[in-house]
Amino acid sequence: MLAFLISAIRLGMTFLFGCTGEIITEKSGHLNLGIPGVMCVGASCGCYAEYIYLDMAKRNADPFLAVFIPIVATIVGGALMGLVYSFLTVTLRANQNVTGLALTTFGVGVSDFMIAKTGPIYSKGTKYFTAPLPFAEETGWFGEIFLSHGVLIYLAIIIAFVASFVLTKTKVGLNLRSVGENPATADAAGINVSLYRYLATCIGCGIAGLGGLSFVMDYLHGNWEYCIDAIGWLAIALVIFTVWKPNLAIIGSIVFGGLYIASSYITGVSFANKEIFKMLPYVVTIVVLVITSIRDKKENQPPQSLGLSYFREER
Amino acid sequence: MVNTKKAKAQLFHIVKREPLAWYYALLIRAAAIVLALIVSAVVITLLTEKNPIEVYASMINGAFGSSLRIWSLLQNIAILLCVSLAVTPAFKMRFWNCGAEGQVLVGGLATVSVMMFLGDKLPTPVLFLVMLIASVLAGVIWAVLPAVTKALWNTNETLFTLMMNYVAIQLVAFFLKTFVKNGSGVLSPMPQYGLPLLFGKAYLLNIVIVAILTVLVYIYLKYTKQGYEISVVGQSENTAKYIGINVKKVIVRTLVVSGALCGIAGLLIVGATNHTISTDTVGGRGFTAIMVSWLAKFNPIFMVFTTFLIVFLEKGSQQISTDFRIPNAISDIVTGIILFFVIGCEFFLQYKIVFAKSGKENA
Repeated sequence: MLAFLISAIRLGMTFLFGCTGEIITEKSGHLNLGIPGVMCVGASCGCYAEYIYLDMAKRNADPFLAVFIPIVATIVGGALMGLVYSFLTVTLRANQNVTGLALTTFGVGVSDFMIAKTGPIYSKGTKYFTAPLPFAEETGWFGEIFLSHGVLIYLAIIIAFVASFVLTKTKVGLNLRSVGENPATADAAGINVSLYRYLATCIGCGIAGLGGLSFVMDYLHGNWEYCIDAIGWLAIALVIFTVWKPNLAIIGSIVFGGLYIASSYITGVSFANKEIFKMLPYVVTIVVLVITSIRDKKENQPPQSLGLSYFREER
Repeated sequence: MVNTKKAKAQLFHIVKREPLAWYYALLIRAAAIVLALIVSAVVITLLTEKNPIEVYASMINGAFGSSLRIWSLLQNIAILLCVSLAVTPAFKMRFWNCGAEGQVLVGGLATVSVMMFLGDKLPTPVLFLVMLIASVLAGVIWAVLPAVTKALWNTNETLFTLMMNYVAIQLVAFFLKTFVKNGSGVLSPMPQYGLPLLFGKAYLLNIVIVAILTVLVYIYLKYTKQGYEISVVGQSENTAKYIGINVKKVIVRTLVVSGALCGIAGLLIVGATNHTISTDTVGGRGFTAIMVSWLAKFNPIFMVFTTFLIVFLEKGSQQISTDFRIPNAISDIVTGIILFFVIGCEFFLQYKIVFAKSGKENA
């Protein structure tokens, strides 16, 4: 049972990164369907940076740098994808769905290319990502349960809390939400709509990229052999499931992680029925989506101008 | 670099253009593609250290090199075009149907089920009819669910249709694991129940059917009352309400059309080409179709060209990867880059940048 829970959390945190990133992006009114591509590119950048660093450092790799460098590389890679997306949708006013899907095509290509070119060479770096926190051993059983996991898991939770705080409690968050709800009003109130959309998308994509890194380095132990775009779509599903709230997303992501792997832990499930189990996260998401739209409660709705680009001249 | 339009003293501003002459629009698009090819060439050279001219020559060879390749090119164009035609009525209505992948897949699943369970029980013409009905019905069901919730409760259709894709994929995975007797999860093809060949050519039937569908969809969208209603709802839902169009009805009806076409695409892929199914049968065409349709401005005739562009890139890149022993994924990268440029260039078709002179004469 504990093994199941830990496994669910580890997988869930991958979703959480993607979900938090996408929430931030969607709050600005951008429906970024490029998240799967962003995660692929993020993971590619991170893994390659790790590979180069370990190759350079040989035996005396510093455990902090071995984690820090890939994380930075991932964020940069993700943010660059976000920059492409926002340049096309904000500055060049392109359609968001089409741009997002192009981003996904590109990202999937990049990661597949990486995998095919280098093969699974990333398992060397994975021990730095799954290493327990430095003070875990001194705290006994508490440390074993709560502090002995990979650093990315804690990072995911911290980012989700920070994002939740910023979105709901600060002025920046209020401005961002107003941009996503009604950009014309936000513009009239003196908020720089374009700037907010650019920043939210780039930051969101940087965070989402970490999800890819976490999936490869933590969940897969570096044995990266197939494309991870399905994780990205689940992250987008999770955004709906958690009704655009990053703090709810922490629990939601664990639920999703659990649903996704449940079939392997329940005994007596046939091979075929496992596939039905894997359908659950999507079905649950659809149900949540429909229920929230029927109940029509204001605080549980998607941002009002989600998916619509804003041009001041066309008001 | 970007975001300059809000600079303190506005250096320039952006104005909507009058519709451009077709040759001018074509020129801008061609320029974008050339630019994209140059960028892709740089990327290919960096990744592979090969001469980009050779790489492009190999691409053209891969697409047109032999009659077999040309047939394969045409076949791929036909299938992608069929899916693109399917999503177009919905898009024209601004219903973002991102679920073509799933709709085509369930269409294929329905076809393969009929082939498997009724193949030896029904006489051939009846079998084909049942296959057609089953695939269309499956596609319609998959498309209509999101449409009904959209019409009734304004549920976000992009997200709903996206999720339906994965439900469909899992359904196919379940089907394969349940009904493939040897447990490998790979269904061996059943060509004996496949649709007939036209003049003995393997892909001709698909190409002819899709050509007919293209004309039909063009006429439907441009010259019928229903097509007109679709474009009014797409332009402005409120206008549609004022002039007495039943918006809900139009949404559901259009998605029935969309889903039915997706079902037919599934029938063509499974019943006329592969004679089997896997979770990867549609292979992302549902998503590519969205870009094809949008790039063609929802015009079925233009779509022939955008489909050609995408399929050419795909086929050409596959050839590159075999010729130069580089991973196949290069095709996705190149396609992605070209899409970025083509998407970006639309801006210059619709808007022009007016630089401020010293005074304020063009305010």
